[in-house]
Amino acid sequence: MIDLQLPASEKAIRRLNVGDRVAISGVIVTARDAAHHYLTHSDGREISGTLRDGVIYHCGPVVAQENGVWRFVAAGPTTSMREEVYEADIIARYGVRGIIGKGGMGDKTLAACRKYGCVYFDAVGGLAVVLAQCVKRVVAVYKLEEFGEPEAMWVVEVEKFPVTVGMDTHGRSIYQEIESRSAARRNELLARKSA
Amino acid sequence: MLEGETLTEAIVEMIRRSSCSIPRDVQEAIAQAAEREAPDSGAQTTLRLLLENIRLAGQLSRPVCQDTGALLFYVRCGREYSQRAIRAAIVAAVRAATQRSYLRPNAVEPVSGKNSGDNTGPGVPYVEWEETESAGLEITLLQKGGGCENVSCQYALPDAALGAARDLEGVRRCVLDAVHKAQGKGCAPGIIGVGIGGDRATGYLTAKHQLLRPLDDRSPDPQLAALEARLFDELNTLEIGPMGCGGRTTVLGVKAGVAARVPACYFVSIAYMCWALRRHTLVARPGEEVAYHD
Repeated sequence: MIDLQLPASEKAIRRLNVGDRVAISGVIVTARDAAHHYLTHSDGREISGTLRDGVIYHCGPVVAQENGVWRFVAAGPTTSMREEVYEADIIARYGVRGIIGKGGMGDKTLAACRKYGCVYFDAVGGLAVVLAQCVKRVVAVYKLEEFGEPEAMWVVEVEKFPVTVGMDTHGRSIYQEIESRSAARRNELLARKSA
Repeated sequence: MLEGETLTEAIVEMIRRSSCSIPRDVQEAIAQAAEREAPDSGAQTTLRLLLENIRLAGQLSRPVCQDTGALLFYVRCGREYSQRAIRAAIVAAVRAATQRSYLRPNAVEPVSGKNSGDNTGPGVPYVEWEETESAGLEITLLQKGGGCENVSCQYALPDAALGAARDLEGVRRCVLDAVHKAQGKGCAPGIIGVGIGGDRATGYLTAKHQLLRPLDDRSPDPQLAALEARLFDELNTLEIGPMGCGGRTTVLGVKAGVAARVPACYFVSIAYMCWALRRHTLVARPGEEVAYHD
């Protein structure tokens, strides 16, 4: 297990390879569909400082508020591919060093990872309670009223948040590799008609 | 008869149990799959983490997954019950369960983009009804997450590109294609509900009904049972693996059912369910305590 402390340096990120298991500690920001749209069409002023050398987490958490303090109850990753249209631009503009999500992303993001020094981390989909336990505190929340709880940008401090590198800065993507291998197998099965 | 506040509270308890646990058959399937994976592989580690997550969710009474899904209620009751009263109790229970963080606010009005904040809105929660011969009430809840709903799909046969004709071999080809296309995006390993026939709406309803069957249930139709078994084996040779990161476990089950079709149409509807299949049932028999089972 490799420990990664945020904010991350470009050098530390470029050292990572597909398959590396990483424990992330520091401040990360949740962002999904509405937030990605917002970050693309604004200067994201309230959050840009946190995003520089920081990490975006594709997640819409279940939260609870007790005595005015927010707490993460369940917080696994959401499907990343929906943000493919935005992510490369956001990596370039905000200097993001890592994206956490599930299911992987496409060619545009992979190219941006290589060019700007960013990696895609695979978190286990549905690992909501285990991952929420890694969230030590909610630092701030933006756009809560406007976007609603799942879509708001939650700034949280995490400790030893477990992920695996799915796409690295060297142009490798585990998802592309699995996709093409399983496509070959699918074609074999389609060539074999009824038993 | 279960009614009013008591009924609402019983439904809240069912929602809590559903959201914070995974049925035993699914847990066992994940545990068995973990044993089949290569020792210390990423796939094995992932599957074991899922089991740990399920254990922790139960212990802390927290949702197994933050996407607590679309709420699909299946009600079976005797004629002594009023549908309006049950619907009102379901709506009140859903609001209370959201308030208590058993459910994420998951109902977004598409035009305004506003989240209602309490899981109610046009068309939700969804309730299906069946009147039974005997007295009593049975409510089953299925929670279906959005990631796996996005990779669910429907084919109209014949499909020239797939070489899929209007027969069970055509159905097989659709399922192979759909699960390949889904990769890990539906939170593999998935449970695959297949609806054969029907119209565009009832085809999907039929597919989702299959997700209510226990994993060890086999179709009473021998041809469908054979198709289910064959697809289960074949899909697991795709090696898409947990979360699409490779491995021997791509699906935990395949269940197929039929609905009559009009002669012009032959739909194959595929309801992809993530590993976090959440279903729970409340049973209220006359003169007995309310009981729950997965």
